[in-house]
This record gives sequence, structure tokens and C-alpha cells, in this order.
Amino acid sequence: MSIPVTAPSPYVYQINAIQQIYQRRTVLDLDELQIRQGEIFALVGPSGAGKSTLLRILAFLERPASGQVHVQVDGTNWMQDEIPIAQRRKIAMVFQRPALLSRPVRVNVAYGLRLRGNYDGKVRVEEALERVSLTHLADALPRTLSGGEMQRVAVARTLVLEPQILILDEPTANLDPTNVRIIEELVQDQNQRFGTSIVLVTHNIFQARRLADRVALIIDGKLVEVAATEDFFENPKDPRTAAFVSGDLIY
Amino acid sequence: MPTRNIRVWLIFILTLSLLACAAPATPPADQAAESDSDPQRLILATTTSTENSGLLAFILPVFEEQYNASVDVVAVGTGQALEIGEAGDADVLLVHDRSREDIFVEAGNAPARYDVMYNDFVIIGPAVDPAGIRGMEDAAAAFALIAEAGSPFVSRGDDSGTHSKELSIWAAAGIEPSGDWYQAAGQGMGAVITIADEQQGYTLSDRATFIARQAEGVSLEVLLEGDEALFNPYGVMPISAERHPDVNAELAMQFVEWLISVETQEMIASFEINGQKLFFPDSDAWNAAQ
Amino acid sequence: MNTFVEALLEALRLILTLDPVVVEIALRSLQVTAIALVISAVLGVPTGAWLALTRFPGKRLFTAFIYTGMGMPPVVAGLAVYLLLSRTGPLGDLGWLFSLRAMVIAQVIIATPLVVGVSMSAVLAVDPSLGQQLRALGATVFQSRLAVLAEARVGVIVGLVAGFGSIISEVGAVMLVGGNIDGRTRVLTTAIVLETRKGNFDLAMALGIILLGLSFLANLVMALGQGRLSEPS
Ligand SMILES: Nc1ncnc2c1ncn2[C@@H]1O[C@H](COP(=O)(O)OP(=O)(O)OP(=O)(O)O)[C@@H](O)[C@H]1O
Ligand SMILES: [Mg+2]
Repeated sequence: MSIPVTAPSPYVYQINAIQQIYQRRTVLDLDELQIRQGEIFALVGPSGAGKSTLLRILAFLERPASGQVHVQVDGTNWMQDEIPIAQRRKIAMVFQRPALLSRPVRVNVAYGLRLRGNYDGKVRVEEALERVSLTHLADALPRTLSGGEMQRVAVARTLVLEPQILILDEPTANLDPTNVRIIEELVQDQNQRFGTSIVLVTHNIFQARRLADRVALIIDGKLVEVAATEDFFENPKDPRTAAFVSGDLIY
Repeated sequence: MPTRNIRVWLIFILTLSLLACAAPATPPADQAAESDSDPQRLILATTTSTENSGLLAFILPVFEEQYNASVDVVAVGTGQALEIGEAGDADVLLVHDRSREDIFVEAGNAPARYDVMYNDFVIIGPAVDPAGIRGMEDAAAAFALIAEAGSPFVSRGDDSGTHSKELSIWAAAGIEPSGDWYQAAGQGMGAVITIADEQQGYTLSDRATFIARQAEGVSLEVLLEGDEALFNPYGVMPISAERHPDVNAELAMQFVEWLISVETQEMIASFEINGQKLFFPDSDAWNAAQ
Repeated sequence: MNTFVEALLEALRLILTLDPVVVEIALRSLQVTAIALVISAVLGVPTGAWLALTRFPGKRLFTAFIYTGMGMPPVVAGLAVYLLLSRTGPLGDLGWLFSLRAMVIAQVIIATPLVVGVSMSAVLAVDPSLGQQLRALGATVFQSRLAVLAEARVGVIVGLVAGFGSIISEVGAVMLVGGNIDGRTRVLTTAIVLETRKGNFDLAMALGIILLGLSFLANLVMALGQGRLSEPS
């Protein structure tokens, strides 16, 4: 076997000086941030901090106003402009407010598979539905689903793709404790069994603590602190992190 | 089931497309002229009276068969027919407005005008005849009485041959008609007769259309007829090939010759509705043969 | 008996006995309108979707043109087509005036702005985040737009049926450019005008009833389809 010229980097994402500007307002301004291969990385921060914006950039759904994002997929580093569709398809994202096709749940879950030319992923669809406990609603139309059910469909349609990188924007925001646990277990399972790198935004700091290897705090589009979960919660370096963790952060 | 929903729409769209494809397409005019077996297309712009009376449907099949032609009749007002001819959008015109026809020929739009036939106009009105014109012989004098009485008068008001005839009678009477009693309908003859009937008013009509409408139950009556001024000659004009090289001049000329031939003139003379003759042949060939 | 009742009875008789003249005219109406509608859909649906999904300089102006087109009197479209196709007009060499093609062109001009406008609002009514979320599942921009368009299908089809109704019942433009030629360009609406003028109220009424019936059928199909497509099964 030949030795690769560049050894696979330990990072799935390397972010350099990215800025995002909406309507002449800078909503995201990160100097540097790395996300490690195979970790669960939690992003926390007050509402409007720019968390979702960062996730959209990581999923290559929008382009930062300046700066570069490098992603490692299939053992190779790619820049935003160069990543081929096949590699981009190894990244999947669940949105904060899911939008589904007005087709039966089953069709929604199969959508990504079909895009990949897999028209008989029936077994995988059933399996994904089972993992989010929605087998009984496979033929229901989205407009009849509750918020939590829709959220679980959104998770299922992503899991079924077996992505290398999974980006989750508050996947449990609308769920009851039982379903929160189901989703959390799924995330952990996905991470442990397949080594999937996961970037997760959550408003629930306990969830961050339960799931994440590392946690980052963003306020006003700026990175305040990135630390291993234990340190983030027990020994925050920044006073704002301490305030956020204790629920005292007023914004 | 979603598949069934989609199927419903697929069927809907398929039906539409099938209808679109299955129905016979119209060959373009130039193609039609190329092959021997396909009939040549002749566009005849004419007035509504000739078509609505049924005369054209009576005589045209003979021409179409003799000359392997298909005559497309565009029936409009005389004004519009002359416009169509001037633009070269028709091959031949059959209209009735002598003075404008002469101007048309003088302007070089047609090499010549040929007499074809005439019918006559009649002044019709309600049986009670409020203006008291029944039995008069002078159309202009009758119009003057109608204006004086202020009885409703419905005008075509559509720049047709009948309309210009009406205007010439008003001019002869020295009256510029206006006021509540004078209504310009802007519609065809049949519609104008209906309006006049509803209002129990007077109007000027060609005899053919009036007879047809009377058979349908219109209650108006002929109150004045026979004045020379009500003579309504029809002329046929082939469109100038010099001015419009695209017109089918050869077939147009054949049509003109056929229309004024004694045989066709006899057919025109034999055309009747409800036992009444509507058109009287008047071509040079016919008159010479008498 | 009253003319109205008589006309109605005669109309029913002509329809029930499949009177060949009536059937021929009705089929020709359907043919012209169907062709025009297919062309309008091919032109109008993608344009409407494009207007809804993209931003470009001059978009507002373009949209204003479309809305103006939706309100344009059909006979003006007819007049424009007439002047274009007249032998003295820029497209006179085609020799298309007084033909079914001229009628199709006029109807396309009348229906397309309607189809564009309705398609645009149907696509705008789809959750604006959907396209992005589908791309997050691996769709290309094109694939995500196709899916958004499919989501807008009910609205688009409503637009097509509305277009169908508006052009099959249009009379001024097709009369002008088609010439109402017997056996060639005579359609339901122009035949109704002609027969009314001739005083053949029964035949006119029969044709009118068929026209209403076709419009009703289109609307019924739309209403049923709308229910099916938007209600849970
Ligand atoms: N398309 C847009 N146009 C203009 N401003 C936007 C747009 N999207 C987001 N913003 C603004 O950017 C800022 C960051 O938004 P973002 O959605 O990233 O916040 P967030 O951290 O995800 O908040 P939350 O926790 O409430 O979801 C907000 O102030 C928001 O109003
Ligand atoms: Mg957010």
C-alpha cells in the first residue's frame, strides 16, 4: 500500500476567519474553529447568536461572505467551492423547523435515498421509521403530524442516508422527554457505531452535557469559548460561559 | 394514495395532449397550394349578408369541386372586408358598397370590379308605424318623418355596407341623425333587427336577412320598398397580385369568372328562402344572355 | 312556447343526437384550446417557477408586465396577432392569418401571463425553507426546484384550468384572427356569435350549453383533483 501524501487530518471541519453578513449586518464572525473527526460537537448560545447560520455554512447550503471552510469527507479535504456533489451528499442536516414534502411520511424518508439513485431502500426506510418510532405513521401526510412527529420524520430522513457528517439544529426542540431520549440515543448510536461526526445546536445545556464531547458558546456571532464538555461546564474560562451555564446570562 | 393522485392528473394531461394531437391539424396555406391532390385555398372576404343568408353555402360547393379548391369565407362588415383586401389577407372580395369599391379599385388594390348581383334594402318597422311611412316611395322622405316623430331608429353603426347606405339616405334627407331615438348598435344585421324588434323601432335592412329573421318570428314589417336608392349591388374584386404577390391571383380570377358566368348566375337566381328570391343576378354575361 | 324553453329543448336534442356540426365545432374548440394550453403550460409554468425562486435585476418590472398581461383584454391580444400575421405585417409571409395556428397563438398570448402569474404565486406559497432542506439531504439546486414545483402542483393545475376556462370561452380574439371560417376556424364561441346574429337561437344555445359544460367539466376535474391532492388519503 502506498502512503498517502497527506495523512488524514484529525479534523472534519477547519474554519478560518469566516464572516456572514445579512442585510449589511454581520451575524457571524469566527476567527478559527476546528471540529474533530468522529466527535459530537455541541453549539450553544442565546437566540439569534448565529448558530443556525453557522450550521447552514457547514452544510454548504450558503456561502460565507468571507473566509473558508474546509471539510474532510472520504478522507480528503475539500473547500466549499470544490466539493463534488457525491462528497457533499455525505453531509446531511436536520433543521430547527423542519419543512417536509406534502407527501406521505414514507416518501419523505425515502427522498434522499432516491436522490442517490437508491430506489429500493424500502428496508432502510422502514428501519429508519422504526428507529424514530413512527412506523404507524408511515402513510400519514405531514399536515396531519404533530410538531414532534415532524421533527422525528426530519431526523429519520437524515439518518437513513448514513452520512459521514450529521448536522442537527435543535433536533429535540419540540419533543417530550421520552422522544428526547429516543433521539439522543439515536445520535449517540450513530456516532459510536459509524463514527459519524456530529455538530449539534441545542438550547438544552443538559443535552449538550449528556451528548457532546466538546461544547462551544457563541454570542452575537462570536465564539466565546470552546472546551471539552467537562471543562465547559465545570471550569469555564470565560465569565460569560459561567453565566450561560448557570442560566444567569441575560441577553 | 399518492400514486393514484398523480395518475388522475396524468390522465387529465394525457387527455388534453391526445386531443391536441389527434384532432386534424390545418395544413398551412402554402403547403396546400403545392400538391395537386390537395385543394387550393382561396380566401374570400365578404359581408355577413352573403354568408348568413345561406347563398354562399348554396353556390360555393360547385366551384370547390370544379376547381379542386377550398373557399375559406371570412364574413365581416364591408369596411373590414375592404381592410382585409387592402392588406392582401384575402384573395378576393365580394362586397356591397359601390362608392368605396370604386375607390378601392382606383387605389390599385384590385385590377377591376365586376357586377355580380343585387338585392335591395327595405325600411322595416313596427306594424303600428308611429312615423306613418307605410307605402311611401321616397326613402329619404321616410327617414325625415322618422326623425321628426322621434321614433326609435336602430343603426348598424359598424361601418358596414348597410351602414353606409343608411348614412347616404340620411344625407339625401339633409339630416344628421342624433338624439335618444337614434341608436348605433355596432352589431350585425340580424342583431340589429332583434334590437329594433325589442324596441318596436325602425331600421334599414337588406331583404335577405330580414326574411330570414322574419321566419324566426320577428314581428317587424316591411314598410317601404322599391326606391331606387335602396338598390344594393354586390361587386366582386380579385386582389391585385402586383401589390400582393402572395395572393392566389389565378384562382381568384377563376372564381370571379365563375361567379359572373351565366350558369352561376342562374344558381343565384334560383336561390330562395321560404319561397322568396333574395338575390337578383346582374353580371354583364347574364344581362347579355337575357 | 317561449323561445328560451324551445331553444333549450332544441339544444338538448342537438347534444343528445350528437349533431355532427355541433360535435365538429366542439372538437375544434377543444383542439385549439388544448394545444394553446399545452404551449402556455410549457412556457408559463417554468417562467412562473423561475420568477418565484430566483432574484435578478428587473424582476419587479418583469412581474409588473406579467400582471398587466393577466388583465389585458383578449381582443387586444387578438389585434396584435392579427397585425403581426397580416400579409402586410412582419410575419405575413407565414400565411397564418385566418387559420387555427393564428387562433392558437392568440390564445397562448392570452393564457400564458395567467399561467405564469398563478404558477408564481403557487410556488411562492411553498415553505421557502423547503428547497434548502432538500439540498441538505443531497438535492442539487435543480432537483430541489423540481421538488418545490411538485409541491406547488395544486396551485399550478388550478392556474392551468383557469387558463383553459378563459381561452375556451374567449370570442373577440379568435373571431378576429381566425375569421370564423366554416369548417376550418369556426369554434364554439364564434359560432355562437354567428348563429345568434342569424337568429338561430336554438343552435346558438346548444353551443353555449356545450361551452358551459366543457368549462364545468374542467372546473369539476380541478375541484376533485384539488381535494385529492391536498386532503390526507
Ligand atoms: N435570511 C436572513 N436575512 C436576514 N437576517 C437573518 C437571516 N437569517 C438569519 N438572520 C439573522 O441572523 C441572526 C442569526 O440568526 P440564526 O438563525 O443563525 O440564530 P440562532 O443562533 O440559530 O438563533 P435561535 O437559537 O433563535 O435559532 C439573527 O439575528 C437573525 O435575525
Ligand atoms: Mg437557530
